Amino acid sequence: MSPSHTGELTFSTVKPRVGLQAALDKGRAGIVAEVSGSGLKGRGGAGFPTGVKWNLAAATVADEKFVVCNADEGEPGTFKDRVILNRFADLVFEGMIIAGYAIGAQKGILYLRGEYSYLRKDLEKTLERMRTEGMLGERVLGRDDVSFDIEIFIGSGAYVCGEETALIESLEGQRGEPRNRPPFPVNTGYKGRPTVVNNVETLAWIPSIMARGADWFSSLGTDKSKGLKLFSVSGDVERPGVYEFPWGLTIADLMREVGGENAKAVQVGGASGYIVPARDFERHIAFEDVPTGGAVIVFGPHRDMLQVVSNFMEFFVGESCGQCTPCREGNVKLLEGLRLLEEGRCSTRQMRELCALGETMQQASKCGLGQSSPNAFLSIVKHYGDEIMGRTDVIV
Amino acid sequence: MTDKPILDDTSRAPVSQRGYVIEKSGMDDAIGGKVTINIDGKDIKIPLGTTILEAARSLGIRIPTLCYHEDLCVAGVCRICVVEVEGQRTLQAACGYPVTAPITVKTHTRRVRQARRHILDLMLSKHYGECYACFRNNNCELQTLAKEYGVDFFRFGHPEKPLYAVDRSSPSVIRDMNKCILCRRCVRTCIDLQEVGVLEGHGRGADVEIQTFMNKPLGEVICINCGQCINRCPTGALRANDPTDEVWAAIDNPDKHVVIQTAPSPRAAIGENFGLEPGTALTFELNTALRRCGFDRVFDTNFSADLTIIEEGTELLLRLYKALVEKDASIALPQFTSCSPGWVKFLEHFYPEYVPNLSSAKSPQQMFGALIKTYYAELNKIDPKDIVTVALMPCSAKKFECNRPEMCDSGYKDVDYGLTTRELAQMISETGIFLPDMPRSDFDDPFGTATGSGVIFGATGGVMEAALRSVYELVSGERIENIFEHADIIPVRGFQGVKYVELTLDKIGPVPDLLKPLVPNWDWLKGATVKLGVAHGTANAKRVMDDIKAGGKFSECHFIEFMACPGGCLGGGGQPIPTSPSIREARAKAIYAEDSVYEIRKSHENPAVLKVYNEFLREGPCGHKSHKLLHTSYIERGKYIS
Repeated sequence: MSPSHTGELTFSTVKPRVGLQAALDKGRAGIVAEVSGSGLKGRGGAGFPTGVKWNLAAATVADEKFVVCNADEGEPGTFKDRVILNRFADLVFEGMIIAGYAIGAQKGILYLRGEYSYLRKDLEKTLERMRTEGMLGERVLGRDDVSFDIEIFIGSGAYVCGEETALIESLEGQRGEPRNRPPFPVNTGYKGRPTVVNNVETLAWIPSIMARGADWFSSLGTDKSKGLKLFSVSGDVERPGVYEFPWGLTIADLMREVGGENAKAVQVGGASGYIVPARDFERHIAFEDVPTGGAVIVFGPHRDMLQVVSNFMEFFVGESCGQCTPCREGNVKLLEGLRLLEEGRCSTRQMRELCALGETMQQASKCGLGQSSPNAFLSIVKHYGDEIMGRTDVIV
Repeated sequence: MTDKPILDDTSRAPVSQRGYVIEKSGMDDAIGGKVTINIDGKDIKIPLGTTILEAARSLGIRIPTLCYHEDLCVAGVCRICVVEVEGQRTLQAACGYPVTAPITVKTHTRRVRQARRHILDLMLSKHYGECYACFRNNNCELQTLAKEYGVDFFRFGHPEKPLYAVDRSSPSVIRDMNKCILCRRCVRTCIDLQEVGVLEGHGRGADVEIQTFMNKPLGEVICINCGQCINRCPTGALRANDPTDEVWAAIDNPDKHVVIQTAPSPRAAIGENFGLEPGTALTFELNTALRRCGFDRVFDTNFSADLTIIEEGTELLLRLYKALVEKDASIALPQFTSCSPGWVKFLEHFYPEYVPNLSSAKSPQQMFGALIKTYYAELNKIDPKDIVTVALMPCSAKKFECNRPEMCDSGYKDVDYGLTTRELAQMISETGIFLPDMPRSDFDDPFGTATGSGVIFGATGGVMEAALRSVYELVSGERIENIFEHADIIPVRGFQGVKYVELTLDKIGPVPDLLKPLVPNWDWLKGATVKLGVAHGTANAKRVMDDIKAGGKFSECHFIEFMACPGGCLGGGGQPIPTSPSIREARAKAIYAEDSVYEIRKSHENPAVLKVYNEFLREGPCGHKSHKLLHTSYIERGKYIS
């Protein structure tokens, strides 16, 4: 936890069971209304309104439904979910139980990133404890109509499995490749049944929203981005770590908090996010301005932006699932262009073509991976064109 | 009616590649059953769940596709069909976008054109295009699109030399991954359409390749050689193992007597290779063309199809007699047809415990080969070692079949080469012949006369219909026309995946001369109800086999026809490319039309067949000599490969 905070996150101030009990008292429709009213949006990065998602899944008639907690935290520069699972797993599980009750699911699955498998032992212990305490299993908190249990599934290390439909494919034992959408998982998800897939942090907020009410939550943050948010801050800063701030703070504010005042640029949203140059540090971190799933990577004045973006592109070349043409081949072409830049052999014309290709990838890729992988490339070319093209010996 | 397998819970197709099927309410005219959308300024009212692609096609608007195929589930991976949907941030794949609300679609905006051009350029950057040396030249979907979208240079590069060794290990299917654009149609064909599952994407990102299990050569895995993947590959990455050079060499060799047999399905389809509409049979034009190509004799596979019916039908009657009268518990029933070599290998791999159920009768191709190198050779005093038998088949698995070591009962390789429809069309073009213009001529003796029963072998249900026509008449002594008008046994026709038919034998007649040595009378069949099944496409075959295993209604059948390919032989892996349900339907029409004009339409009335039994196979059907020449055995392969 960040040194600037007490080590206690706002959502963790709610006592165990309190949120769950409050939720069960509200009833199914009450829970969905409360979550919708809170304005909570998905914390994995895409920012889909959680209440809408739950409402859709609740409205779908099926003999079986599922709640999946997406703990495949693979975005480079993100590590908040690991901290949450390490310290407040019971709140996440409570959030899953509440979600399950709200949509009519009796089974939850925690999809845990392969690299986090060392957390499994403690998580299993927590689950076991919750079972003995009557929070999981048949008759949750003594209620005849509520039963819910959770199992843990370990992923195999593919970044794309953080995409919810690829995650479901992986759960089903297939190659982790995104599905066509529609259908959306809320209609046809795991085993073809309605499935809610929520990020760890999203679920962790649920008990406190239940306990304190939608109004409390929606009073925090901005108009379109409600509540508080966890940020994973890394890079050239004095105090890296996990921070909690309300949505809407400026990047400059954040840099002051973490000791990164002299940063040259900040990559907001991880590898798939955008680079924000120092001159834009007055911009706000929020869905309506600079969105993020929580990753904030800070680059000091000495950083070579060409190396920065090459590093990101290498990541995407390796992590594309290889299914659709724009992402599979496009990332390779962007990286090849960067290699040419490094050697000073990329013409401005070629650069323009690659930028157009980047736009095509954003438009035409099948899933969020390919749609966002050119972001860093395009924003670095936009803001640091002089720096990276400066090495060009030959300009056609 | 559809020949697609139903994707139920037993299907192995990954959900990511199944696409989205909204259950049609069946009340399209009810309020809310339809929705009006606008494509390029034109309004169209469509049933809910129709994809943008389907709607556009019905408006006559062309949206390019590559990974989409009418026979396959939607993958949405090539992205060439992207369009703009108003209000959507990103472009949407038209093939995988089911319409559920009124939307406005634009199919050729600047954004769309740029994306398509980029996608094409990216594909070309990995496609080793040696177009003039490719069998798909002028019939390649990638080449067509490159032209359509004005590709005039390779903006993202182009492979200078091939990266992969061509896999020629299979006698049937050759894989050249240098031309693969990763549309995964072959994967979906194999796992979803045929439920064999030999091919799968392997690796991630730019390293993705279509591979077999452990990247073994195709000839060493459980590929059934059906060649359906070839028919659905948009480029030249998959092709059949082509023996035309060897066939030309035989024709050019004056010491060789080269005979060719032609099967009905290629004749109903080869016109497509010469630009004709599907469904134009060129049987007799082909005879002339083949002679001009230099073949010494042209025979009709229908002859041996009739022979197959007699042998296989007799085998069935004998099995029933042994099981019902002699109470021999070792007799395996139902009897399965064995004329589809893809199906035979499928069974050998996936249901080896049912090998005894396969009819021991060879396929028409192999029966003919064995007779040509024995009966025909004796008759014409030609040394069989100088005879080269070629078979024109709609099939890639026939190439494997003629190479099976068991298939040398004549003392030589019974059939030397299997040619596909495509390969023969190529040979004909090479001689400068435009096939549709050829004068018509007949088949050569002594096998000249054919029957309609042989013709319909090409369509699913055809073997069953032919067998029923003969077995019914041989047993009842009555004409089949008494119960089915024009001898058209409609219940076994059509493209439903699986068919089940019962037929009660009310009357019995005297045992005909042909079968007298085998059974004393038909009394034991009086009033019996014969239960029959028909399945085409190995996915449907799998449904039937699993039903048999579970003791379902097909386990009580007496006889089941199985064909490896969707639609039967007319949809075979050696047929002209492309293929689609409507093309197969047209070919089926041509086949049934040919059947209806034959004077003789029942195998047991074929005078050439009867002559062979009189002169050569004197012990009659299933006698000693026919067992040696016309019957074979199978291998319990299992699905685990070392």
